[in-house]
Formats: sequence, C-alpha cells, structure tokens
Amino acid sequence: MRRYLDPLVQVLAPAVLVVAVGIWSTLVSSSNEIYFLNALVSVAIVVAIYVFIGNSGVLSFGQISFVAVGAFVAGIMTIPLESKTGVLPQLFPVLRDHTVGNLVSLLLAAGAGGLFAFAVGLPLMRLSGLAAGIATFAVLEVTHNILREWTKIGPGATTLSLVPETTDALQATLGALVVIGLAFLYQRSRLGRRLRASREDPAAARGVGVNVHRERLWAFTASGALAGFAGGLLVHLLGSITTEQVYLELTFVTLAMLVIGGLTSLWGAVVGALVVSGLDSFLTEAEQGVHVGFSIDLPQGTRLIFLGAIMAVVVIVRPSGLTGGREFRLVR
Amino acid sequence: MIYAVVDAQTLADAVGLGAVYALMAVGIGLVFGVLRLVNFAYGQLIMAGAYTLAFTSHWRVGWSIAACVVVVVALSLVMDRVVFRPLRGSSPAVMLVATFAIAFMLQAIALLVDIRDNTIGEIATSIAPLNQPTTVHGVEVRKITIVAVIVAAVALALLALLLTRTTIGLHMRAAATDFGTARLLGVQANRVIGFAVVLSGILAAIVSVILTVQFPFVGPDFALRDTIVVLVGVVVGGIDRLWTATLGGFSIGFATGVINGALPTEQTVFLPSAVFALVILVLLLRPAGLFAWGRGPVERV
Repeated sequence: MRRYLDPLVQVLAPAVLVVAVGIWSTLVSSSNEIYFLNALVSVAIVVAIYVFIGNSGVLSFGQISFVAVGAFVAGIMTIPLESKTGVLPQLFPVLRDHTVGNLVSLLLAAGAGGLFAFAVGLPLMRLSGLAAGIATFAVLEVTHNILREWTKIGPGATTLSLVPETTDALQATLGALVVIGLAFLYQRSRLGRRLRASREDPAAARGVGVNVHRERLWAFTASGALAGFAGGLLVHLLGSITTEQVYLELTFVTLAMLVIGGLTSLWGAVVGALVVSGLDSFLTEAEQGVHVGFSIDLPQGTRLIFLGAIMAVVVIVRPSGLTGGREFRLVR
Repeated sequence: MIYAVVDAQTLADAVGLGAVYALMAVGIGLVFGVLRLVNFAYGQLIMAGAYTLAFTSHWRVGWSIAACVVVVVALSLVMDRVVFRPLRGSSPAVMLVATFAIAFMLQAIALLVDIRDNTIGEIATSIAPLNQPTTVHGVEVRKITIVAVIVAAVALALLALLLTRTTIGLHMRAAATDFGTARLLGVQANRVIGFAVVLSGILAAIVSVILTVQFPFVGPDFALRDTIVVLVGVVVGGIDRLWTATLGGFSIGFATGVINGALPTEQTVFLPSAVFALVILVLLLRPAGLFAWGRGPVERV
C-alpha cells in the first residue's frame, strides 16, 4: 500500500497547496489577486529551475534565460496582428505576420525554451561546480544582451506591451500544476533516478554505467522547456515585459526561493516559492499599513531589508531549507 | 568593420582598472581559499566603504579614509561571525544564496539611507582632486590611475610576503590547500579565517577609496557590476589558487578597459555577448581556470 500511497502523497501535497492558493486568489479583492497569481507563476518558474538544479546538484544561474526566451516568444506571438506591425515593425516577417492563440503560444514558449536549453547544454553540461555556475551565468548575460539589442527578434530595450493578459486564476493554477506534474514524473522516471544518483555520488553513478553528461543534458532540456512555459505564463500575467524583468533580480529571487524551500525536493521548491512570494506580498502591503489583529505600518523602503534579513536567517538556521530538502510525507 | 584604436591612453586606463579588479579578486580569493565560500556580498562591502567616504567628505582626507577602513573591516567581521561561521561546511549553493541575501539587505539599507535623505545617491568629494589628470610622456593619466596601480602593486607584494614569510601566512596557505588536515596539524580555524576576513576587508576598503575617486557618485548598486565581472574573472582565471584568481581579475579588468576605450559605443552593443561567449569557451577548454596548469585532483572511489 505504502508503495503507491507515498508517491501519491508526494505529488498531491504540492498540488493541493497550489490549488488552495488558486482558489484563495478568487476570494480576495482584485487588487490583491495579482499577488496570488504572481506566487503561482513563481511556483512554475522555481519548479522548472528545480528540475535541473535539484535533481543534478549542479548550480545554474542560466535558467532565467529560458524563462526570458519563453516570455518573449509567447508575448510576441500573441500580440494582435493589427497592432504588431505598428509597434514592432523591424521583426522578422515570420514573427511579424503571424499571431497564435494563447495555448499554442505557451507550447511554442516551452518548445523554444527546451530547444535553446538543449543547444546550450550540449557543450555546457560537461562542467560542474563553480565553472558550471559561471558558464550558465554567461549564458544569461548573452541571452539578455541579444534580447535587448536585436530588434529583429523582439522589442529590444523598449517594453513589449499589448500582450493579452490571459493568465487568470484558472490558467495560473493549471500552469503550475502542469509544471509540478511533469517535474514529478521526471524525477520518478528512470532518467530522473539516474541523475539523482549522480548528484549523490558522481563517481559511483559512473561506476554503475550512468552517463552523467547525457542525464544532465536531459534534465537541462526539460528544465529549459518548463522554464519557457513558465515564462509564457509570466508574460500573459503581466501583459507587458522588459528584458530587465527576466534578468539578474529574477535569477537571484527564484534561486533564493529554491534554497529557502529546500534545494533537493519538489515539495521544497513549491513551499519556497509560495513562502517567499507570500512574505514579499505581505511586506509590500505592510508598507502601506495592514491590520492583522494589530496594525502594522512599516516605513517605506524597509520591505527589501526585511526580505533580505529573513532569507538570510532561514538559510543560516536551516541550511537544507524549510522542508529539509525532503518530499512531503504524512508519517515521519 | 570594427575599428579599434588602442593607444597609450587606453592602455593606461586599462591597467588601472585591471589593478583595481586584481585587488577585488584577491579579496574574494582569500576568503574562498579558507572558507570555500564565494562572497557575493563583497561588492556591498565596497559600497559601504564608499558611503562612509561620502558621509565623511567634510572630514580631513586621512580621517575619512580611516573611517572607511574601520567600517568595512568591522562589517566584514560581523558578516563572518553572523553568516559565514554558522554556514561553514554547507554546500556552495547555500553559502552563495546566504551572501546574496546579505548583499540584497545591505543594498536595501543603502536605499533606505537615500530615501531618508531624499537623494538618489551621495557624492564623495574629499579625495576628488586625485581624479585630475597629469601628463606622463605625453599621455594624460589620471593621478588616481597611478595611485591605483602603485597601491595594488604594494598591497599584492605585502600580501605575497605575508603569505610566504610569516607563520599565519603559512597557516592560511595550509588551510586553503586542505582545511581538515591543517586543523589536525594545529592550525586554528577561527584565527586563520578571521585573518583572511580582515585582510579581505582591508582590500575592499582600498578598492572603495580608489573607485570613489573615479566615480564619486555613490549609490546602492555601487561596485555591484564590478563584483560580478570580477567573480567571472576569478573563476575564469582559476579560483583554487590565489595567484591565478588575481591574474584572472586583472585580465578581465584589463580586457574590459581596452575594449571600452578602443571601440566606439555604437559598435559595442553586442560586445557583452562576445565577451561572455569567450568566457564560456575558456571554461569549456579549461574548467579549472585559464591560468591553472596541470589537472586538478579527481576524486576516485
């Protein structure tokens, strides 16, 4: 019985959490709804990053490149034709003269993210440790630079706007659920288990015939595809986006979410994303003054200090994250 | 077609930038050596020093610089005690995220200072005269460039003497090679780490003085970009050894200086891509570092 129950509980716990946040978002005022939807999209992004970093144990600062690519693909492909030629006249004709629906744009974003990740990962997955961290960071820099300067593929340094805002409570929840489900299937699969073995002990994994480079490449590609998909959700949530929004700050924040939740478990990725998003939203409101039993009114600008301090404290007190890097279990 | 003009002027500026980055690389490399920790918050130490210089602008220059050194060294000691010590032996990702959080927090505090003063930065003026150019063999060199190069050379020479000729230096080198074994042989962990942290803080203070003279406008993101570039340079050079890390820092500073000086702006839009593509290439060919000769030890079971 436990054999079927445990994995079921492991995937249901984060799913229930996400659905709860989704339902909650429909109960609050429309000005607060954005916090909840943001949190759900963060879950999608952090779980996508987890698929690579969590399973392989290799640090990557480059996964936000795939979020960026996904966001811009999904955004550009859904701007209505009649306004696209006006606002983005320099695009390649194939991008300029076609517009697709919401769902197709998300799939395109996932495809673009996955392809890009595969191309990048092919050489890069030979690296590990700090070299991998810096090389993937270099990928982020290159992606940001090209997206920012090449006006044939995007808006360049200006804002990409007029993107249909189709990520509502239902889509955000479903999107996060899809990413969680695929991440879970991957980590339970033969591929995922081989990669996790190489995370624990690369030499021993090689010894039993695991091709570490190939397994990492699979995970990197899957992570890139999911990140692209999450980027699509993000752009359809915001309605407009600049290259700066999918760059350093998002990289740091999402990585912090993953570490705070617990680097090595899906449950940790979901919990970390929700806790940090919730905290950030709460502090944003607290700067305006909120009432929770007693009233809290923080001075302007203190939100970031609290956020940084709380993140530091969590990391210092619980280096393995809030969940201890373990999946959710009913009985300890 | 890209036209590049590399004249003596550009070279002088590039050497100056390389010297500053080399100092930062040593500061980062020293702490990495004993703690295996990449201190992302190093730039915020420099930023704190720059704010100190800005707020003490009306003091006499010597006092202002002394205050800067005291603040930066104190801050790095606090950082070591509160953050680094509890995290000793944690995974690199955890330590890196902890220093992210600290960097984030220090930046937010600086932002709060700016909000309070209703400014978008502070101006440090007391040592600005050093930014005046002087002419050496027909080349206009800002005095601070000469100062930077001399200070860097002296600081690196002193450090080399310290590491090779003193007991604490020997302990630090031993700790950097194999901390566990060094402790077994009687090296006191806290003393060595504390020493490395103080040295790295002093270097950060020196860098903040030099950078503030060149860029007197101090904001919360002061030296942030420089730190990222230096971190890249340090890993590309080879973070496992101090001198390869230093050489990596100098090289990336020198290269940045030459490229920025030699190319007109409209030709440099895709330059970051080219530079970072080169970084990837170097890492693929020499993962242990460009200047690290020989293969690193491969763990076998």
